[in-house]
Amino acid sequence: MSLTDLLNIVPGYPLLSILIWFVVAVAMLYFARYPAHRAIKSLSRVIHNGMRLASRSVLLAEERLVHRNKEVLLAAGRESVERLIEREFQRVDAVVKRDLSGYPALQHTLAEQITRIDEDYRESAELPPPPPTWVNAVKAIAKIPFNNDPTVANIFKEIHKSITKQYKSTMDEYRKSTGARHALLRQMMPYWRKLTQTLDQVGKKITGLQERATVIDHRMEDYEEIRAKTNKAERMLESSSMTQFFISGLVLLIAFGGAVINFNLIALPMSEMVGGGSYIGQFKTSNVAALVIILVEVAMGLYLMESLRITKLFPVIGSMDDKMRRRMIWVTFSILLILACVESALAFMRDRIAADMQALRQSLAAVEGGQPVNSWIPTVGQMVMGFILPFALTFVAIPLESFISSSRTVMGFVLVGLLRATAFLLRLMGNIASYLGELLVNLYDVLIFPPLWIEKFVHSRAQAVEEPVHESRHQVEINTQKETT
Amino acid sequence: MKKSVVAIILLLMGMLLSGCPDTVSHSRGVYMLLDTSGTYKNELNKACAIIYYLLGTLEPGDSLAVARIDTASFSEKDIVKKVTFDKRPSMSNGQKRIFRDKIDKFIFSAKGSQYTDITGGILQAVEYLDETGAGKKYILIFSDLKEDLAKGYVRDFPLQMEGFNVVALNVTKLRSDNVDPREYMKRLEYWKKRTEAGGGSWRVVNDLERLDSILAN
Repeated sequence: MSLTDLLNIVPGYPLLSILIWFVVAVAMLYFARYPAHRAIKSLSRVIHNGMRLASRSVLLAEERLVHRNKEVLLAAGRESVERLIEREFQRVDAVVKRDLSGYPALQHTLAEQITRIDEDYRESAELPPPPPTWVNAVKAIAKIPFNNDPTVANIFKEIHKSITKQYKSTMDEYRKSTGARHALLRQMMPYWRKLTQTLDQVGKKITGLQERATVIDHRMEDYEEIRAKTNKAERMLESSSMTQFFISGLVLLIAFGGAVINFNLIALPMSEMVGGGSYIGQFKTSNVAALVIILVEVAMGLYLMESLRITKLFPVIGSMDDKMRRRMIWVTFSILLILACVESALAFMRDRIAADMQALRQSLAAVEGGQPVNSWIPTVGQMVMGFILPFALTFVAIPLESFISSSRTVMGFVLVGLLRATAFLLRLMGNIASYLGELLVNLYDVLIFPPLWIEKFVHSRAQAVEEPVHESRHQVEINTQKETT
Repeated sequence: MKKSVVAIILLLMGMLLSGCPDTVSHSRGVYMLLDTSGTYKNELNKACAIIYYLLGTLEPGDSLAVARIDTASFSEKDIVKKVTFDKRPSMSNGQKRIFRDKIDKFIFSAKGSQYTDITGGILQAVEYLDETGAGKKYILIFSDLKEDLAKGYVRDFPLQMEGFNVVALNVTKLRSDNVDPREYMKRLEYWKKRTEAGGGSWRVVNDLERLDSILAN
């Protein structure tokens, strides 16, 4: 039955036909009102409950993720602090081995210096002048009566002479011994200085160790905080991991720039080796080959850094025995060196090819090319760049490790945010579905308002008729009760 | 572990260096037809600039041929110079220099032809470019597009030009075109229809300051 047929149930009166259909539809909707209401309500309830359930499960997943993030963050932080503490202990060990291992020798030197100083000091001690035994003799002779006896006078004169002479010789000896003592004391000065310097060195070393010990104490405090899973430690690690993420990302971008320059240096000469017209898929083989060389360099750099135990991306390499690891260091370094030499040669070749192309283009354009002033400078510059860039790319391993480790937590935060947003949206949609159900029910009633209005009218009339009857019955009952009493 | 890594790297590098041939051809083939008839011969210097541009633009592995349009152009003898550039840039640069010298000589010593067999030239171009196996094929017609066939030459048949890009260059207006420009329009329309009926695409580039649009898709 087509629409035209439907509008033609009363031939020639389409409006009347529409009206009839409308009345029929309203009547049908009115009769189906309660089942339709129930259907709409149950549908909206199903959607609402489903969304609530989904939101709840997403929130549970978010909680698990938050817990997992915390675990990852704390584990990463613990590992990082452990490494730092290990490194500090290694430094202390190195200081102890380097400096404190020389302590017996140092002690021996100090003892020797002290002995010498002691000996010199003893030698430089002031000797007491010889006891004046002859003073008593002089005193006894001086008591002899003089009586203007020339013999006695002569004796006294002689005694005076010999005493003066003796005095002179004693004083000379005394001066000599004092001079020798001073000389000895002068000799002691460098020993004192040496002793002071040695003690200063010892003091510095001890201070360095004390500083290290302070750093270790701080690290240990952090470690204990992490072990205790405190909020402070978590906040600290979160902030640290965000900083790490952005800084390492920035450094990786810089490294990417370096890789692009490297690529441009070797892509053109690679076409001389693998041909400029061959393709792998949509890409030129020469470009792919250049890219592979750069990636191999980066990979070798990773292995080298791993073998040197600077990074810890591959536990297998880190756990190798030292002999094997040293071999690996040499192998990776040799490959890097060879690749650097190859790149340097390619850079040279690139310069030649580019110059040739430039000359050809100039000749085709009939333009006289000016001779550049130091034409060897770009050539050497390119060769040096070609040699250095592979080694520079080696250090990508360090920011890469930081980026990977910090991205675990950062991605975790992002995922948590996404899950929260999803849970919110699901809950919102559930509520919207619930209110939409109510709205649909009301709209349904709006559509069938004529029969509803009639129903209400009939219902109110029926109530109006029933009320007096009810009241009269009630009055009859009261009267009967009264009569009974 | 280390040995296996080294082995994989060597294998990958070996695969790359050996070429890993791609089934789809990415090279370009360009066949340029030069009209040497009548007064159009004087326009050859402009054609020289276009050829120089092509030499500077085409890459190793691409093919280039320059042929003249004369009385009977469906012939290898009309090809002035053809080359498929070596895949190594240094070698291809040398080939380009030789090509340039050859074209210079031709431009200097070109003789005017009595008739203009454009269709024959196009047929020769189609044949050559099909042989090169180029992925993108261009036929450049440096002519006023006024075909003038000698008696007895049959050229009024459909062309098979699927995948060919035909570019008409420097289509000069003849004296008669100035009298009735509809002739010029009709001429362009005729070649466009013929090309597109054969499955090819048609473009006209008269502004020789914009040579980069010649090899644009």
